[in-house]
Amino acid sequence: MKYKLYSLIILKKLWASVTDLIPIIVVVVFFQTAVIQQPFPQIGEVIFGILLVIVGLMLFIEGLEMGLFPIGESMAFALAKKGSLFWLMVFSFLLGFSTTVAEPALIAVAKEASVISSGAGLIENNQETMETYAMGLRLTVAFSVGLAIVIGVLRILKGWPLHYLIIGGYVMVMLMTIIAPEEIIGLAYDAGGVTTSTITVPLVTALGVGLATVIKGRSPLLDGFGLIAFASLLPMIFVMAYGLFWF
Amino acid sequence: MMFDYFTDFALVLFYTLRDVLPILVLIIFFQLVVLKQPIPHLKRVTLGGVYVVLGLALFLMGLEKALFPVGNIMATQLSDPSFIGVTGAELANWKSYYWIYIFAAMIGFSTTIAEPSLIAVAIKAGEVSGGTIKPWGLRITVAIGVAFALAVGTFRIVTGTPLFVYIMVGYIIVIIQTFFAPKKLIALAYDSGGVTTSTVTVPIVAALGLGLSSAVPGRNPAVDGFGLIAFASLFPIIAVLGYAQFMSIKNRIIKN
Repeated sequence: MKYKLYSLIILKKLWASVTDLIPIIVVVVFFQTAVIQQPFPQIGEVIFGILLVIVGLMLFIEGLEMGLFPIGESMAFALAKKGSLFWLMVFSFLLGFSTTVAEPALIAVAKEASVISSGAGLIENNQETMETYAMGLRLTVAFSVGLAIVIGVLRILKGWPLHYLIIGGYVMVMLMTIIAPEEIIGLAYDAGGVTTSTITVPLVTALGVGLATVIKGRSPLLDGFGLIAFASLLPMIFVMAYGLFWF
Repeated sequence: MMFDYFTDFALVLFYTLRDVLPILVLIIFFQLVVLKQPIPHLKRVTLGGVYVVLGLALFLMGLEKALFPVGNIMATQLSDPSFIGVTGAELANWKSYYWIYIFAAMIGFSTTIAEPSLIAVAIKAGEVSGGTIKPWGLRITVAIGVAFALAVGTFRIVTGTPLFVYIMVGYIIVIIQTFFAPKKLIALAYDSGGVTTSTVTVPIVAALGLGLSSAVPGRNPAVDGFGLIAFASLFPIIAVLGYAQFMSIKNRIIKN
């Protein structure tokens, strides 16, 4: 009886993952059969891959609610209870910095950027300069994400209105765009999007919502969200500043 | 064959663990040294962590087997000059690339629906709002935003118009919307920009941008290949703010 119940729950959760993936499957099948009109390359491999994605997504969501959300929230509660602004700031900065500096998407983008910049003659075309440039870019982005989380957490504590900060950030991006070297602009805009990884997002969200829940006078919905917004905005400004510094 | 899968999986698992390591060290350091207290429900949380790592590894491996190769092939085939019907270095009319825009919009929508970070934020928003925000409603709105973003972004690559003009106009729209949208949803709307572009969407979108900018005559991948991700982080903000505004206007009309 108990096993029957368990397998029913698992089937239900698997089905939820299937519904998440139906749009992708429809798009791929539609284009392959109706537009490109060519047989699928390695159909067996593709079906096996889809099965892995479904099981993986189900496990991830299960783990999200069992592990990531509770740990993020319990750390937010514990840090707020401890009442030390210093340690809360250190934690916020390190959460942003440490998860971004090793982010594979960022490493790829930084390397690509060094190739483009040396190709355009903006930096010297030798291995050492290119590596320094890529490493500097990674550190810059990671630092800006750390700083973004710190500002975001401070905002939750002080109750600053989010939209003024964000609009201020937009104005900064626009001003930087005018003075920054043209070659770095596209890269800087994209850097904002690649910084927030799949494991960081739930943790950071749980941290924000947790803090907004325990601090008097804050609403989890109004004040708890917004950390990710800072983490995608600040890297743009910092990457353009990095471009200014180099060229 | 079986052995290949096994080594593939071990490798992906290793990479995932390596990505998780800094967070793990940070949490353990704070619990032991700063907070000096045990984690509540430690067993359950640890099991959850194991699920997250295993799930993410399986998810990534599956994407590499199923979606990424097919996505890449489709992006190249659709932007191929012979498919579009242009010859040689002749500059094509932007209208000939309509399949690319449709493909970009559809792939943007569908990958966003499957994006784990967005699922996470949507679940949390549903919890926090006490059910007034429907996770599926939020995900579909964001996905529509990404669909528009990629259609416009690929149009920009084809026409070679400057990126910053689009981004500036987008920012101005967001700023205007901010003043009229219901305050309750502004933070969530801003956040939904950053979470759309992660595990599933970024690789496909990057391949599309680079592939398209090298296939369209007169475009340079180094300059024109970027920008799709920026669009995909901006348009969902507009979509969510717009939806929030639409709902509040609708509710007002119903009340009267």
